[in-house]
Amino acid sequence: MANKSVWSDNRFWQRSATWVTGFASVLLIWLTFDTSAQISMGDDADLKNGVTKRVPGPTVINYKITYEMDAKRGHEVPVIGEKEKFFGRDDYSEEEAGALLHLGKLGSQAKNCMDCHTLLGNGAYYAPDLTKSWLDPAWGPEGSMQSMTGKDTKEEAMAEFLQHPSQYPTHARMMPNLGITAAEAKGLVAFLKHMSSIDTNGFPRNFGKIQGAVHGK
Amino acid sequence: MANNHLTSESKQLATWYFTFAAIIFGAQLLFGLVAAIQYVMPAFLFELVDFSIARIIHINALVVWMVFAMFGSVYWLLPDETGIETVGIKIGKLLFWVFAAAIVVVVLVYLLVQVGPADETTIWFITEGREYIEAPRWADFGIVVVALGFVGNLFLTGMKGKQTGIVTVLMADMIAFAGLYLAGMFFTDNISVDQYWWWWVIHLWVEATWEVFVGAIAAYGLITMIGAHRKTVEMWLWIEVSMLFGSGILGLGHHYFWIGTPEYWWEIGALFSALEPLPLVAMFIHVLYDWGKTQGSQDAKGEQLSVINNKPAFTWFVLNAFGNFLGAGIWGFFHTLPQVNLYTHGTQFTSAHGHLAFFGAYATILIGMFYLGVQGSNGIKVMKNTKLSIWATSMITGGVVGMTVALTIAGYVQVLVSRAQMGATWAAYFDGQSGLWFVQAMDWRLIMGVVTFLGFVLLATDLLRTGKSAVHER
Ligand code: HEC
Ligand code: HEM
Ligand code: HEM
Ligand SMILES: [Fe+2]
Repeated sequence: MANKSVWSDNRFWQRSATWVTGFASVLLIWLTFDTSAQISMGDDADLKNGVTKRVPGPTVINYKITYEMDAKRGHEVPVIGEKEKFFGRDDYSEEEAGALLHLGKLGSQAKNCMDCHTLLGNGAYYAPDLTKSWLDPAWGPEGSMQSMTGKDTKEEAMAEFLQHPSQYPTHARMMPNLGITAAEAKGLVAFLKHMSSIDTNGFPRNFGKIQGAVHGK
Repeated sequence: MANNHLTSESKQLATWYFTFAAIIFGAQLLFGLVAAIQYVMPAFLFELVDFSIARIIHINALVVWMVFAMFGSVYWLLPDETGIETVGIKIGKLLFWVFAAAIVVVVLVYLLVQVGPADETTIWFITEGREYIEAPRWADFGIVVVALGFVGNLFLTGMKGKQTGIVTVLMADMIAFAGLYLAGMFFTDNISVDQYWWWWVIHLWVEATWEVFVGAIAAYGLITMIGAHRKTVEMWLWIEVSMLFGSGILGLGHHYFWIGTPEYWWEIGALFSALEPLPLVAMFIHVLYDWGKTQGSQDAKGEQLSVINNKPAFTWFVLNAFGNFLGAGIWGFFHTLPQVNLYTHGTQFTSAHGHLAFFGAYATILIGMFYLGVQGSNGIKVMKNTKLSIWATSMITGGVVGMTVALTIAGYVQVLVSRAQMGATWAAYFDGQSGLWFVQAMDWRLIMGVVTFLGFVLLATDLLRTGKSAVHER
């Protein structure tokens, strides 16, 4: 027994497993604290004071959002610009905007958006990624969706589409009617606009570089 | 599966779990086919059973049948490992029915109710709308109760009977497995926080706790099926646990590249997840090495005898060694570095990996356990492959590999056209989807899916029939 090598000793490996697992878990928990702080939602004061948050507060819907190349970071980042009307208003209070976002996030789960689309790149691959769909050129003034839905603004066009998607098909693969009400559609559009303001480290790469989003035009 | 040869109640309960799992496996494949048909013919069941609904059932059924088969596997091996009857078996049986009934209700609601209004009642009673764990909250609580009962039985039995290395690993692993589910149960408006914790469930299941479970089951299989030496097997098991948890826990970072989380996850995720294939190589070598070693010492005795006492099960265990390495190790490594993942994230490439990994790492070994169940229930000493076993194995494996190849090609088109060239917009997405290679790949995925499904029908038939076959030694 005395000259048995530790390398063939089960108890040695059992202890190693325990230590390695413990160490990795502690490190993960520590990183989780750091990350949680960094991805906590900002608030209205941050937006007013120009404090950049990875996940801005809900009142970001009062502002124009673009997606610009950041030379220092080497990829595109969301840029929150001047005030912009959202369903005719640019003065949503923290509570009002928060309630819209809450409704939209609940709606995204209640209608299973993630089981056709990807959000932040996670989900299903049957339909376009929604991470930056708010910035998609198709919804902009040069895109086809506003005239197709007969609406003058991006948000109204999106809300109209979400309520009656199969009335405005652009491809054989259509989005079905999910029983989305007018109020729910407004919440969902707020949710999509908010999501487009999240700093996703440059994903999706070159979004909309063909026209539109990259330099905010 | 007839239970007449089983004296252990734990093993009887295991066969219930296996039977229910096999049925749900069939449902999984059926709804996978619906979703695959919709890629080719979008009008199929449109606004009746939409893609989202077919897909929810496909992937939830996947998770459920695997969890059932995993619980079953533990109930199967406990009496062998601990040397005693499982403690709390009556409660175990009751919980089985509770669990099965809850699952049936959840699936019927997915299928018949589908969606709800944007409020909390939908989250409580219809769907939580988060991939893989859409189960509404009432079911979450039910699942937690059932899981606690299961873990309780495992602990009480392990502490009362002989606590082997395999049982020790399973005890630690199953409690982590059950505990992680809690991370997926809450609602938040912040989608980045939502995804952060969602991955704790998904990743820390499949790339940590479930993998360790597979290590333990493979260890048990090697001991019971080819008479490998426990000391060696358990030493390997502990090494595998260190490597799997050592890489897999922080490998979680490969899902935190783009969801709003800080940049340091690029380095952490890349480093640790790049190490994740190593334990899979180790597990592969382990199975083949032990097989060669025991067969070698048998050959040295001068008799032409196989050491394997359950051919179909062992075939599936060896396929697991290959499939785990290929599907999780190789296909996972392909897209795990942020430089690559920036383009492949959320494409058919992910789906290619998802299919081969879930199949290779889990479906294989759990089907192997079904065959161990059939062997035990029918009192078979040496179980052979029937023609049907061989056809079933080949068609299922060939089908899934075929689907994986098709999806990989589709992913390649999507990465080049939709992502690299055009920048991921709505228009870019559909330009990729209408590429010739993409369209053909979707046809091939469907064809290979049908092959897989037919293979499953043969598998089910074989599982029902082979117990009575005369080819086995009794
Ligand atoms: C059954 C699958 C399915 C579900 C569920 C689904 N969608 Fe869609 N969606 C589609 C398809 C397919 C398209 C593309 C339609 C087309 O091009 O004609 C689409 C298009 C869109 C678009 C336009 C594309 C873009 O990039 O701007 C938006 C926005 C959208 N969906 C939002 C949602 C939201 C929000 C939900 C959840 C409330 C949702 N979808 C649920 C299938 C689905
Ligand atoms: C048995 C083990 C594994 C299983 C069952 C598995 C399964 C999956 C599944 C289903 C997804 C898709 C999740 C979704 O729906 O969004 C996924 C994603 C991913 N997996 Fe694995 N996986 C395993 C192991 C691995 C390993 C070992 C690696 C790396 C070496 C890896 C790397 C990845 C990456 C990078 C993604 C993200 C893909 C994306 O960005 O879209 N996986 N995995
Ligand atoms: C009959 C055979 C099958 C068919 C036709 C099929 C089809 C599909 C389809 C169409 C999807 C949706 C992908 C998307 O969002 O674009 C899917 C997802 C998925 N399937 Fe299957 N499937 C089959 C068998 C299997 C098997 C055997 C497994 C594993 C054991 C499996 C695991 C998965 C997983 C993990 C996902 C989610 C992938 C992801 O999100 O990346 N499927 N399948
Ligand atoms: Fe992962």
